[in-house]
Amino acid sequence: MTDRKVPRTTMHIDWTRCDGRGLCIELLPELLTRDDWGYPVGRGGSEILIPENLEYAAQDAVALCPTQALRLRK
Amino acid sequence: MTSDQSTISVRGHVAGPAGTTRLFAAGSGDYGSHQAAFGPLPAMGRAPLIDELSRSGLDGRGGAGFTAWQKVASVPADGRRPVVVANGAEGEPLSKKDAALLHNAPHLVIDGLLIAGQSLDAKELHLYAGAEQLAPVIRAFKERGEARIRLHEAPDTFISGEATAVVSAISGGLPIPRDRTKRLTDSGLNGRPTLVHNVETLAHLALISRFGSAWFRSVGTGSAPGTRLITLSGNTAGARVYEIPTGLCLTEILVSTGVDPQAVRAALVGGYHGTWLTAEQLDAPFSREGLAPVGARTGAGIIMTLGSGSCGLAATADILGYLAGQSARQCGPCTNGLPNMASQFARLAYGDASGRLPQEISRLAALVTGRGSCAHPDGTARLALSALMAFASDVEAHLRGRCEALQ
Repeated sequence: MTDRKVPRTTMHIDWTRCDGRGLCIELLPELLTRDDWGYPVGRGGSEILIPENLEYAAQDAVALCPTQALRLRK
Repeated sequence: MTSDQSTISVRGHVAGPAGTTRLFAAGSGDYGSHQAAFGPLPAMGRAPLIDELSRSGLDGRGGAGFTAWQKVASVPADGRRPVVVANGAEGEPLSKKDAALLHNAPHLVIDGLLIAGQSLDAKELHLYAGAEQLAPVIRAFKERGEARIRLHEAPDTFISGEATAVVSAISGGLPIPRDRTKRLTDSGLNGRPTLVHNVETLAHLALISRFGSAWFRSVGTGSAPGTRLITLSGNTAGARVYEIPTGLCLTEILVSTGVDPQAVRAALVGGYHGTWLTAEQLDAPFSREGLAPVGARTGAGIIMTLGSGSCGLAATADILGYLAGQSARQCGPCTNGLPNMASQFARLAYGDASGRLPQEISRLAALVTGRGSCAHPDGTARLALSALMAFASDVEAHLRGRCEALQ
């Protein structure tokens, strides 16, 4: 751990719901890439750290996910 | 759960078993032998139990290896009455110890569940195990007139024993892992705080409640106290279960159980989600701290030896194929990634080799890790990567169309 301010929000991916539609990847290209099968890959596995400047984009990703696989957690 | 066991009969008190035969000290699974060996069921409050478990150094024996007291302590004391589950599901094909325990010492597991439940003022007690293992438990219930514990049959699948799968199965759902955002001890079965402990952990808890942490620590090492059950299998014979002092070196375990270490090429430690160790690494102590430097874990106490004439890559390919088939098909990275990784590994093991295969296997292993609702993709990836390391020279040989084991 460092003393630097850590991003406060994480985006949880429920892999049991995720279908690899890829909308979140388009909305958060700074954080997510596509795996071989179209599923989102980001640092943190199931808990993607969301920096402050991307919180709105993350909220969009959560709201627009067609399988409701995403959740934001403070 | 209200207790009718709160008085301790001094007359019935017995000393803790000496030596390393502890869990099986009764010599027989019947209630009379159990009571003669271990005495009456003790009563213990929440704080003393947590304290005694903490001093004992007991770690969980189901595979993940969390310290036993921390799990109990993480059940919030907020007035919600919790659920306690004894987990005897043993989907790991290399493990036989929970079955051996439930057949030979069912009363000790029942005691551990009752003591944990009573100390936490649990609302419900559950025992979850395969059909064959429930039979001796039902006999034990009849002997002692036990009616507070509900029994559930676990299916014979690899992931049925994962804690969220256990809770799902008990609540009437499918025995597959669930996505988790909260700890089970916060919100588990029907939203209640839920403590899921492996049956061996509960059996040790029953002994520690009776004889204390100092007695528990009188065997084993300082950082790895007590005894543990192991399942040893491989090039010697079929799977056998032993109770050993924790912290013995792997080589010592092999020698004392009649295995010639010279005939062992490598050992798979920790089970199908475990790590291959080379013959040179087998002087590591079989404990969490002892195995950490070589990148391995005890898992559920599993050691499988590989004979000098056997190919580690072929053995790994076969296990990876099995594990890929055991996915719950819920999470895309696991559903897609594991069969792909298994088939690349099979190509490497069985001769259809290209120089890119090890890199591709490593890439797929990294790609699936941390991307499931349970540890199945991570554990499967760990096995594949450890095989590439432990059998590195054989990987080179395979890429040149040869196999070290067949030379």
